[in-house]
Amino acid sequence: MPGKLKVKIVAGRHLPVMDRASDLTDAFVEVKFGNMTFKTDVYHKSLNPQWNSEWFKFEVDDEDLQDEPLQITVLDHDTYSANDAIGKVYIDIDPLLYSEAATVISGWFPIYDTIHGIRGEINVVVKVDLFNDLNRFRQSSCGVKFFCTTSIPKCYRAVIIHGFVEELVVNEDPEYQWIDRIRTPRASNEARQRLISLMSGELQRKIGLKVLEMRGNAVVGYLQCFDLEGESGLVVRAIGTACTLDKLSSTAAFLPACNSPSKEMKESPLVHPPSHGCRSTHNSPIHTATGSRLTQNFSVSVPTLIYTGMGSGSAGKEGGPFKALLRQQTQSALEQREFPFFTLTAFPPGFLVHVGGVVSARSVKLLDRIHNPAFVGIMGNTRSYKLLDWNSFNSDEPETRDAWWAEIRQEIKSHAKALGCHAVVGYSESTSICEEVCILSASGTAAVLNPRFLQDGTVEGCLEQRQEENLPAGCGFCHIPYDELNMPFPAHLTYCYSCRKQKVPDVLFTTIDLPTDATVIGKGCLIQARLCRLKKKAQAEANATAISNLLPFMEYEVHTQLMNKLKLKGMNALFGLRIQITVGENMLMGLASATGVYLTALPTPGGIQIAGKTPNDGSYEQHISHMQKKINDTIAKNKELYEINPPEIPEEIIGSPIPEPRQRSRLLRSQSESSDEVIELDLSHGKKDAFVLEIDDTDAMEDVHSLLTDVPPPSGFYSCNTEIMPGINNWTSEIQMFTSVRVSRLSNINLTNQTLNKNFNDLCENLLKSLYFKLRSMIPCCLCHVNFTVSLPEDELIQVTVTAVAITFDKHQAVQTTKTHVEKSLQRASTDNEELLQFPLELCTDSLGPHPFSPAKEHLESASSNSGIPAAQRAVSVEKASPLTEGHFRQRSAPACANSTVGVVKMTPLSFIPGAKITKYLGIINMFFIRETTSLREEGGVSGFLHAFIAEVFAMVRAHVAALGGNAVVSYIMKQCVFMENPNKNQAQCLINVSGDAVIFVRESELEIMSTQQPIASCQPACGGGEIAT
Amino acid sequence: MTNELDIFVGNTTLIDEDVYRLWLDGYSVSDAVGLRVRSGILEQTGATAGVLQSDTMDHYRTFHMLERLLHTPPKLLHQLVFQIPPSRQALLIERYYAFDEAFVREVLGKKLSKGTKKDLDDISTKTGVTLKSCRRQFDNFKRVFKVVEEMRGSLAGNIQQHFLLSDRLARDYAAVVFFANNRFETGKKKLQYLTFGDLAFCAELMIQNWTPGAVDSQVDDMDVDLDKEFLQDLKELKVLVADKDLLDLHKSLVCTALRGKLSVFPEMEANFKNLSRGLVNIASKLTHTKDVRDLFVDLVEKFIEPCRSDRWPLNDVRLFLNQYSASVHSLDGFRHQALWDRYMVTLRSCLLRMYHD
Repeated sequence: MPGKLKVKIVAGRHLPVMDRASDLTDAFVEVKFGNMTFKTDVYHKSLNPQWNSEWFKFEVDDEDLQDEPLQITVLDHDTYSANDAIGKVYIDIDPLLYSEAATVISGWFPIYDTIHGIRGEINVVVKVDLFNDLNRFRQSSCGVKFFCTTSIPKCYRAVIIHGFVEELVVNEDPEYQWIDRIRTPRASNEARQRLISLMSGELQRKIGLKVLEMRGNAVVGYLQCFDLEGESGLVVRAIGTACTLDKLSSTAAFLPACNSPSKEMKESPLVHPPSHGCRSTHNSPIHTATGSRLTQNFSVSVPTLIYTGMGSGSAGKEGGPFKALLRQQTQSALEQREFPFFTLTAFPPGFLVHVGGVVSARSVKLLDRIHNPAFVGIMGNTRSYKLLDWNSFNSDEPETRDAWWAEIRQEIKSHAKALGCHAVVGYSESTSICEEVCILSASGTAAVLNPRFLQDGTVEGCLEQRQEENLPAGCGFCHIPYDELNMPFPAHLTYCYSCRKQKVPDVLFTTIDLPTDATVIGKGCLIQARLCRLKKKAQAEANATAISNLLPFMEYEVHTQLMNKLKLKGMNALFGLRIQITVGENMLMGLASATGVYLTALPTPGGIQIAGKTPNDGSYEQHISHMQKKINDTIAKNKELYEINPPEIPEEIIGSPIPEPRQRSRLLRSQSESSDEVIELDLSHGKKDAFVLEIDDTDAMEDVHSLLTDVPPPSGFYSCNTEIMPGINNWTSEIQMFTSVRVSRLSNINLTNQTLNKNFNDLCENLLKSLYFKLRSMIPCCLCHVNFTVSLPEDELIQVTVTAVAITFDKHQAVQTTKTHVEKSLQRASTDNEELLQFPLELCTDSLGPHPFSPAKEHLESASSNSGIPAAQRAVSVEKASPLTEGHFRQRSAPACANSTVGVVKMTPLSFIPGAKITKYLGIINMFFIRETTSLREEGGVSGFLHAFIAEVFAMVRAHVAALGGNAVVSYIMKQCVFMENPNKNQAQCLINVSGDAVIFVRESELEIMSTQQPIASCQPACGGGEIAT
Repeated sequence: MTNELDIFVGNTTLIDEDVYRLWLDGYSVSDAVGLRVRSGILEQTGATAGVLQSDTMDHYRTFHMLERLLHTPPKLLHQLVFQIPPSRQALLIERYYAFDEAFVREVLGKKLSKGTKKDLDDISTKTGVTLKSCRRQFDNFKRVFKVVEEMRGSLAGNIQQHFLLSDRLARDYAAVVFFANNRFETGKKKLQYLTFGDLAFCAELMIQNWTPGAVDSQVDDMDVDLDKEFLQDLKELKVLVADKDLLDLHKSLVCTALRGKLSVFPEMEANFKNLSRGLVNIASKLTHTKDVRDLFVDLVEKFIEPCRSDRWPLNDVRLFLNQYSASVHSLDGFRHQALWDRYMVTLRSCLLRMYHD
């Protein structure tokens, strides 16, 4: 009996009136865990009952503790008829299962009903006593920590990063069971909510077991998704990166000085003058496999956008031999793994050695119906919705899904190999389902990694690390990772504009965040490619074939759009690239979002040239030249807007001619081991030059127009889809996370691709404009982590959901920094202070033991990146600042506490909170809600309904975080927002799935007080650690 | 292409003060958009009309959802659905409960019943306040009235506690409740010149001095009703005008004291008996509900209008009333000094406040 769960029901408030006669309620509570149920007494005639129950104790296996949610139901007692349910609270007790997270869950939870929404609140206290049991980890994986954050969490350091973990669980969707015809919508929704809760618990436990097998203790970048496959079932799948994490000592975590917005500018690298010229390559191998079974039949994989880095083995370079060694080590470290994938998007310094480019694969599948009546019968008899091991019933099912994903991952792996990379970072997977067709997508960034973090304390790894660090900081990752002489596809390379020693591609696309040590010029911006393609309505195979045929063209066009827009912004690299292809009944939508930046290491991009087909026509020529002028103006304007002003340098220094701007696009024959027949298709625009746009038909005209219609955000606004905005590093503390949803109906039935494209483009642009307008009071501010999701819920409906966070920054400081930029023409992209705190510390400790010869340089770097201020000086400055700040703080905080009765919980999709330090991770939040209404008009129509629901979801997330003792959710993501309406029946239904990490943060201003209250001596050794190392 | 659904939900609920005002003022979404366009916001921000429309709709929807909570402001503080900083919560509540001068003058002293609610159309037309806004203000009055009607303790304090209003606004509501409960007539033409501020001032004084709460802070309805015993006792003052000797003595005391100090001394001397009779008769009639309702009409007719027609300066009125009240203490035959003071202190201040054009 390894665990005892204890629950106490304290009180309720704001309950709804359940008895019209008395305008009051006779409420009682049922507490259920697994098969056991307890009840409180009925508290008569009150809307604010005080139950103050005894402790209800459940003695359970820790396996159940992980899988089962605690279910609390509030009911109205009725003497004569059945008791009426008021609503429920599901509490995931997982955070109580690991020692470092929360110890108690206690607070007010909204009572939620799937038909009525939130109906009052209930105060609950939950505790878990875990018994020490030697066999504890046999079935359960209690103790493995989960993080949604896609970087190493702030108060931990990575000892080893083990690698990819994945799992999926399949079940029948209760909504599609026969019993659903006779039960109420409420019962059906609750069955679904409970089932998904169970499935995610089980999934998490299974992933945890895999982590333990790998001897890790945590999963970082945990991403769990649901595939609502309709009649064929419900799939819950998750991927993540297994790690061994060490908690940083609390003294270090509380050191404010180390983490003060450091003046990195001071140590920005040498000025490396870039020249211009650009080039890119687009590779689109198409695999069309022919199999025996239909479900396996359609598999279109499009590993697109392979942007090269450079080969490292080239002779004559000093780094050569070391690099070869490094390569071998990494290879051997990674080869043991089936899939050398990492869901992380930001890495410890030195982890990422080279970046190859984006690799992606897609596959179209037909979903199979489940014909298994026995299954339902058994489900009905036993524990009503308890998950059954599917394997024992239908051995085919999970295997199919597993096989599908394995196939795709294999493909990704082979594409990475083709780029000379051993690993894929920033890896993610997604699906789009319409009826019985499902598109599976996977994408990531091919990369070469430093083995140091992959193995336990490897000495050799650090030796190589040293070699890399000799290069000027901030350009290493741009260097192409494979042999220049043996390129997998033609690409134009130039010598790195930073170090001039290694080769770099002209353009770099990645799915990761901008590395903290990367140097950029100016600011970044959000770049989107938007695309629609009509498709004939079809059934089954015909439909899948049609989609398969369309996909490569879409990929190609999305890529071309991205390229053009990037050029138009005068930038040369994309980070955080995410391409989403959505399938609907009669169309396909493609939406790619990324953050464009100007990397100093890469060549200056060339412009865009327009060419006409009929050169003799005078007026036409004039038109062309007019367009050309417009484009050139836009580029110039953008350069000014984003402060892109690379210094001019003589070309000779680069030692490479300015490449003619051109683009080649050909199909890469994949080196995957799959026996599929591979057909090569050439999708390029013939042999024309890359950034020459040919206006030969209306299509192309549209393209050019759409290029120019994208309006920049109003002044004072910036936007990006990465964690932090390149070029802004003086965040102030105000943040506003939001979700915005729009559903548009396409009016005319005779749609063409052009009108569709325009509609879609307008929809996205207008949405952005609305956001800028709404948040205008926060100017100057930046929209970070802008995440667009497109879905096609019905024939003529397009739904766009955006979640992002607006963060204010200090404009005056920004002006100053840009001034220094102009002077230095260089700037460090890094802004994430926290990261600077932990990894240098790690380097120090690492270098203590095994490297007596550890060069001083490392120490210098780590010390300077801490803040550039010597430790002693820092301590002094803290001391000086303290008396004032303390007074301020006390004055400020006192009234705030008195006024607000509900604690503020911040939510952000980012992994950090500006101006604050995360001191503790309390556990993962993973919640799934369904809301349904049969009185849509009365609830304010679709907008009123969804607005209220999303507000309620936020409230429930905040309540859970507050009950865990937290004051923020970081890495928050709304993974699903499925909205269905039937206005004729006055009905609507919506499913929302959100997740994030519950944390406790402390404002930096408050930290200072805390640290001054501690003896200064305690921070001295921590800061001085680096010195001892030397 | 039309947007079927268009929403924005922030973790911190966004409140646009300007849109909130438009919403409170009862403008429809399209009217509000029109007004915002005219305010020049499009030029300032570079937004399009579509963006403005969507933004306005969104705010209106939020306000609509918040309205339910605003009906019981403590709920707004404790609810979990909308995360709103305390200062913004206070602003939402304060503005929601604020009312228009023009509107309040129309309903002040009227019964807060369905009948009055039906007249809101006319009030709206008359005052230029939109019907929607009139309804909100009327419902606010009624809601506050219902909650505090039968409560113990200070009226303004109760209102402040249950509706979280500012001190000033809570006192205004106390006046509204007091007027509504006692049904004082304020709508007559000759009372039109009185502002809500004048009447609220009077109400506050009357609450302080003329209610049961003035003598005992532990009784029910302590602040909303006039003290019945006190009204009964006021009949005793009648002797001041009924007893001819007493009246003459009173007059001579006042005239002696004020001789040479008033610019309108002759008029005062001539009118003394009329004025005194007026003031004392008002007091003695207050046992009848009808006469309580007409209190302000009587004050204007019996005192303010005569003085005004003789062009008394305000300062002379003040000197007269002071002397008039004080001289009673020198009347040996008069035994109700305390009662006189309780009546006259309040009345004097009210009259002075009401004495203007």
